[in-house]
Amino acid sequence: MARRMLDASNQGLLLQFWLATSSLSKGKTRMDRNRLQHQAASMRRSLFDQGYLDEPFIQLEELQDDASPNFVQEIVTLFYTDSARLIQNIEHALNSRPIDFDKLDDYMHQFKGSSSSIRAKKVTNECTVFREYCSAENAEGCMRSFQQVKQDYAILRRKLEVYLQMVRQAAVSQKA
Amino acid sequence: MSDEDIVNNNLTALVVDDSPMIRKLHEMHLKKFGLKVQVAENGKNAVDLFRCGASFNLILMDKEMPIMDGAEATKELRIMGVTSMIVGVTSLDSIFERQAFMEAGLDHCFTKPLTSENIIFLLQELNNKNNEEN
Repeated sequence: MARRMLDASNQGLLLQFWLATSSLSKGKTRMDRNRLQHQAASMRRSLFDQGYLDEPFIQLEELQDDASPNFVQEIVTLFYTDSARLIQNIEHALNSRPIDFDKLDDYMHQFKGSSSSIRAKKVTNECTVFREYCSAENAEGCMRSFQQVKQDYAILRRKLEVYLQMVRQAAVSQKA
Repeated sequence: MSDEDIVNNNLTALVVDDSPMIRKLHEMHLKKFGLKVQVAENGKNAVDLFRCGASFNLILMDKEMPIMDGAEATKELRIMGVTSMIVGVTSLDSIFERQAFMEAGLDHCFTKPLTSENIIFLLQELNNKNNEEN
């Protein structure tokens, strides 16, 4: 099921990654450790190249250290919690009649704030588009844009989970 | 200001934001630069901290918060005589809204999220401010 969720460009990476980690259990080699790190780096590069994340995401990762070894995962988890709440609020507001565009704009402003903080480029850009439709009180535009926001967010979340799993495995192999 | 001076400071900061994620992010970012950091969930909590005698060299202030927003809190702090550096950190798009936030009493206003470059700039500004006062 996890494999169906990934597009073709990431499936190859993940397959190589699983082969590398399974070889780790048979006997760790420096080559395997390097391969894991390289694959995590490639996955991150693809997130940047595909526009899901901005390169300053690296600054966020650099904040993680031995004192806070799970910092990135904690931030990402908080982002998911914020996002789930805001998506639900926006959906509810879009389904209300009459539509309260001020409230909608306020929710999307919050979503834009948290997605830009985590450097989620595509999601942030689409939030801006949504807010433009909100200013124009264009309900149809808001609904179309919101579908795009949800789609971009869902894809980002799947890719981020894969990437963070790779990073964790690479970190474990480093310590071994 | 050398890299060593940047990190070996005795500065304190207050991060005011209603988002737990952004509070955590900015707190960690500032700690990396050697600041001692506290957080507050909204403007009222920030003002209450100062009323209880707390003080900070730097306040990072979000604009949109429940109970008391960043502009209101900034005005209140300035009326109280707080001379800390207050820096707005906001995702506001409108120049008019940002200008209004600045006019509440901010020293600077940055777009979210804060970057390492922003923090280095602020530390240099704080260093200059300390030198002028001494």
